[in-house]
Amino acid sequence: MHDTVSINKQNSVSIRDLSLSFGSVKVLENLNLDIRDGEFLVLLGSSGCGKSTLLNCIAGLLEPTEGQIFIKDKNVTWEEPKDRGIGMVFQSYALYPQMTVEKNLSFGLRVAGLPKEEIAKRVARAAGILQIEPLLKRKPAELSGGQRQRVAIGRALVRDVDVFLFDEPLSNLDAKLRSELRVEIKLLHRQLQNTMIYVTHDQIEALTLADRIAIMKSGVIQQLDDPMIIYNRPKNRFVASFIGSPSMNFLKGELAEEGGRTVFKADGVRFSLDGYQADEALSPGRRVILGVRPEHIKVDGDIQGGEVHDAVVEIEEPMGADNLLWLKHAGHAVAARIGGARRYAVGTKVRIGFDMSMASLFDAETEERI
Amino acid sequence: MADVSTLNTTAAGIDAISRGLVSGPRGRKPKRVLSRRNIMLYGALTVAALYYLLPLYVMVVTSLKGMPEVRLGNIFAPPMEITFEPWVKAWAQACTGLNCDGLSRGFWNSVRILVPSVVVSIAVASVSGYALANWRFKGAELFFSILIIGAFIPYQVMIYPIVIVLRELGIYGTLTGLVIVHTIFGMPILTLLFRNYFASLPVELFKAARIDGAGFWQIYFRIMLPMSLPIFVVAMILQVTGIWNDFLFGVVFTRPDTYPMTVQLNNIVNSVQGVKEYNVNMAATLLTGAVPLIVYFVSGRLFVRGIAAGAVKG
Repeated sequence: MHDTVSINKQNSVSIRDLSLSFGSVKVLENLNLDIRDGEFLVLLGSSGCGKSTLLNCIAGLLEPTEGQIFIKDKNVTWEEPKDRGIGMVFQSYALYPQMTVEKNLSFGLRVAGLPKEEIAKRVARAAGILQIEPLLKRKPAELSGGQRQRVAIGRALVRDVDVFLFDEPLSNLDAKLRSELRVEIKLLHRQLQNTMIYVTHDQIEALTLADRIAIMKSGVIQQLDDPMIIYNRPKNRFVASFIGSPSMNFLKGELAEEGGRTVFKADGVRFSLDGYQADEALSPGRRVILGVRPEHIKVDGDIQGGEVHDAVVEIEEPMGADNLLWLKHAGHAVAARIGGARRYAVGTKVRIGFDMSMASLFDAETEERI
Repeated sequence: MADVSTLNTTAAGIDAISRGLVSGPRGRKPKRVLSRRNIMLYGALTVAALYYLLPLYVMVVTSLKGMPEVRLGNIFAPPMEITFEPWVKAWAQACTGLNCDGLSRGFWNSVRILVPSVVVSIAVASVSGYALANWRFKGAELFFSILIIGAFIPYQVMIYPIVIVLRELGIYGTLTGLVIVHTIFGMPILTLLFRNYFASLPVELFKAARIDGAGFWQIYFRIMLPMSLPIFVVAMILQVTGIWNDFLFGVVFTRPDTYPMTVQLNNIVNSVQGVKEYNVNMAATLLTGAVPLIVYFVSGRLFVRGIAAGAVKG
């Protein structure tokens, strides 16, 4: 029923009502997801949220209990992994230790029984794209982490697939290599224009790589959107707190009306909500959570109009490019991000202003955005 | 400011050194060779080594003596006149029942039992261990539990039923029958061994191979087998020593002309007729024990590596 209606030609991967449980534990529940052709989709979530399980279902390594999976408009729910047109890159690289890089790359093709010249051609092409030609005769044990991961990507590349699946491919690498390979993966996507589904728990990877991010929690997609929308207009409190480092400031309070304007009130504080774009009516008396990102709390000279409040610097965390101030305002701890060159001594009194146009309000009960 | 204080500490340090602290402890702490701990340790080790080596020494020495010298009763004395006569006799002339062609017949019987039993049991157990570890099929857990229970049932309980089964199959008393029995009885422990080893390999390797399109046998032969040499060596050692040393099955399931070496050894040593030829008996025993001994010496290092491999991941 669903397929005729909702599978449209643009979609590369479609997931319909997918559920998976191990015994009584429900890992995925009634999950729907459409991934466009050539899209880079990141599945983001903390460990145990079901993101890797979903990827394994798409790959055909796990059997769903319910639901369907379509790849390139073909129902592949019951297909073997090799017949799905996917390539997969694993966190632990999963290179065959006894084979040379060349044999690792060509293993799938040899299993498929392709002619020798074709195999050589494809291996040479993949090695060229990933610049691993000098490594072809080596064994995986003789490679560094970054080189191994490149070979693992190459193994997906030679198979000439429609969809690339990445299962936390950079998590085993050190910080420097991770940022380098991140850029390489992005370049590779631009070059190949393939659909890529990328699982990670690292929000920086998600924000930098993705065309769209799907944030998952307990087997349910919380929000599926453009990275900037996810960052600036999170759908609920979970998404808001998961994305952003340091985390968003949250204040519990309630809405009130003063002189025809809506304000936010919590014990000892009162902020005007001027400039906030609400999706729902801001009725007075409603219990809410106000969320403001550290960079949207302006300090001293950065304040551009609006209300001004007093605060005291409790701790300063200089991070080079910017400087994080932990402030106390009427008994509430808030973090503010300022330019790295501006330094404050502990105990300094400062003035702060909130950029309400960039803030988020969540219902205190449902924790949904309002 | 900071600079001055740093200078001060440095100056103080130099002062202390020049005041004679230079001669204090430095570098690696020296260890006393004759400490109380070392005496205890090496003393205990020496006693333990002697405890095991002395019987072996007596065996070797006695087997190299002639009977007159054995009768003197100095079992620890080295042979006055070294003779290999007892070894030759044990191998080629010792009598068991009506046959007087020595242990050589038993040796070749044992080889004919050993080779197929080891090969078949390891082949079957490695494949089932691989299937249990990687291909989660319905009832796998139950199957595995039953197999493990099998490892704990005393052999004696099963002898009579097996005799009947082999008789019905018409292979009772043949080497084939014994080979089948050994293969089956090796299954629980070997399957457990292989299952645990394959389960310790990163599961992502298996997933990657499946995505590459390899099937059950291709993954087994091209991915798993080349990574499992140590565990195969362990399995081989377990089976070779176990089957070679087996006495119970050998004596129950074979006839005198197909007796394995251990049974024949028993018959030689325990024969009640004539004089007890201790030197021949000891030579025969050493000959029988030679095979497991050689296997241990040749593959000892691999054995340890294989045992450890199960514990260390990746």
